[in-house]
Amino acid sequence: MKKSIASFLLGTALAVTTAGAAFAQDKTVKIGALSDQSGLYADLGGPGSTLAAQMAVEDSGLAAKGWKIDVISGDHQNKPDIGTAIARQWFDVDKVDVIVDVPNSGVALAVNNVIKEKNGVYINSGAATSDLTNAQCSPNTVHWTYDTYMLAHTTGQALVKAGGDSWFFLTADYAFGAALERDTTAVVTANGGKIVGGVKHPLNTPDFSSFLLQAQASKAKIIGLANAGGDTTNSIKQAAEFGIGKGGQKLAALLLFLTDVKAIGLETAQGLNFTETFYWDMNDQTRAFSKRFADKMKSNAPPTMVQAGVYAGVRHYLKALDALGGNPHDGVKVVDKMKSMPTEDDLFGKGEIQPNGRTIHSAYLFEVKKPSESKGPWDFYKLVGSVPGDQAFTPLAESKCALLKK
Amino acid sequence: MQALYAQLLVGLINGSFYALLSLGLAVIFGMLNIINFAHGALYMMGAFVAYFLLSLGGINYWWALLFAPIIVGIFGMILERTMLQWLAGLDHLYGLLLTFGLALIIQGVFQNYFGSSGLPYSIPDALKGGMNLGFMYLPIYRGWVVVFSLVVCFATWYLIERTRLGAYLRAATENPTLVRAFGINVPRMITLTYGLGVGLAALAGVLSAPINQVRPLMGENVIIVVFAVVVIGGMGSIMGSIITGFALGVIEGLTKYFYPEASNTVVFVLMVLVLLVKPTGLTGRAA
Repeated sequence: MKKSIASFLLGTALAVTTAGAAFAQDKTVKIGALSDQSGLYADLGGPGSTLAAQMAVEDSGLAAKGWKIDVISGDHQNKPDIGTAIARQWFDVDKVDVIVDVPNSGVALAVNNVIKEKNGVYINSGAATSDLTNAQCSPNTVHWTYDTYMLAHTTGQALVKAGGDSWFFLTADYAFGAALERDTTAVVTANGGKIVGGVKHPLNTPDFSSFLLQAQASKAKIIGLANAGGDTTNSIKQAAEFGIGKGGQKLAALLLFLTDVKAIGLETAQGLNFTETFYWDMNDQTRAFSKRFADKMKSNAPPTMVQAGVYAGVRHYLKALDALGGNPHDGVKVVDKMKSMPTEDDLFGKGEIQPNGRTIHSAYLFEVKKPSESKGPWDFYKLVGSVPGDQAFTPLAESKCALLKK
Repeated sequence: MQALYAQLLVGLINGSFYALLSLGLAVIFGMLNIINFAHGALYMMGAFVAYFLLSLGGINYWWALLFAPIIVGIFGMILERTMLQWLAGLDHLYGLLLTFGLALIIQGVFQNYFGSSGLPYSIPDALKGGMNLGFMYLPIYRGWVVVFSLVVCFATWYLIERTRLGAYLRAATENPTLVRAFGINVPRMITLTYGLGVGLAALAGVLSAPINQVRPLMGENVIIVVFAVVVIGGMGSIMGSIITGFALGVIEGLTKYFYPEASNTVVFVLMVLVLLVKPTGLTGRAA
């Protein structure tokens, strides 16, 4: 009897090890694109991000090498509880390997914890909070495209240096707005400016007139918009209505996306300065990709930087899997591999992933064109400057990420 | 102190939208006994119709103020004829669920085609610019919204409460059989009333198009607040909904000044208080 138990245990152990060996050759991958599919961030991420992930899979050429890669999508509705519930279900039931996109910093930080717990891979492109690779960094997380630190140190810094030394903030009242205000405040004060006031407004506010009047009354030189999507477009549109530009105050659109400019219209948006890390009309490669992308979009819109980041992130992820020779279904291992390889793609150019998970690539300062300068339905930006990645993003010495203390 | 005046005025502007929308809801509830959850979606359609009239037909804002309510009103009447009329006499819940479903479908269809970030609609040239009132810079367009809404609200109140047509209408809701006996086509009158209520929503949509984005979800945010307005004012009370609409706009404006974080919730806090103290609403009669 003892002998049979022993042989049973031995047999099981053998089975487990052979199964482990089989996993190393496993070439199945499941990608979950988790985004706001129908709310205020749906156009800058949403279905376009799912498409970007699918295009990355097609362009990777891994199907020809025997890989089977699926992309599924989910709608977190900008609610952290829904986001984490979907993430759990994806890992536990659907056996998803990697979650991509996830705009809305509140949801993004909540999902970050789930992915770490489940040892999945997290390639975030849509969320802004720099905490993802700073205080709340995780060995399973890679943050592509942009973050609040970068926005503050590009747009924010440029405005302070141009003489905008007193600021009033309109801040979206959740994790993202708080992070953007905090990071921008640090830049403003470090450059000798001061913050004269601010209001926190609820997410998805249709009317900003009360807040704009307070900003106007503050006499601050710069009104910093620490909000995004529909909130930013409404702020800018209504600020023009209240004659804020004419009164000598300047708006700082700290975070502005291509789709936002479309919604505001060039008439009102012209002259705004802001920062993005991707624009469809940068070079031949970005134009070629954007054309392919727009042809597949229902709205025929070219990709936003968030969608471009999803594409680039998934491409790099698949390169890492290819280099590993199979899918180990081990998030930390895959992310370590991603960090060990330099990033390079048609959309963001050359870059790297730092040990804290932050992807470093160039950032560009743009200005919105005048209506007379625009030659097509999406011809909106003029390039006015660029900042190399190592100056745009959090220096490792300043990062509080626990992964750096190893 | 100056800032306070400015906030009061801004509150009045937002109150104009609440008043126009809650008025339409009150008319529909008072006359048809339907809790029209599709109101926000129809408001959104008004704004979209204005956008299309301009971008496709070159028809300007002023004509849109006339045509958009008519077009959306006709759409509303079709809804009433084909669906809502079969619910007459049933529990309120049926109408609520049906219109809620319709709202989701309408919003979904628009979102599918136009995305979520919205389309630009500029302020008409005649109403561009603003004037300095000393305590604030008032955009002329906003001033226009307040004046125009007040006129429309008063006209609607007058139509229903002070004219013969209004009297028929009110009689028809009290006792349709008797009114029909006088040779009045009650179902047609009900349909037209629904069209009127929907037209008011569309009108509010056109008015808001230059201020907010023309976007599929624009009605979703506002409808919940407007329902609270109707509940506070007293379900079905025409004057109650107008006054409450403006008053809540002002209260919300003051909240934005004193404690902005609560500006989304203050209306509902008031609603709870009113329901606790006077469940029929401020001007409502006991059922």
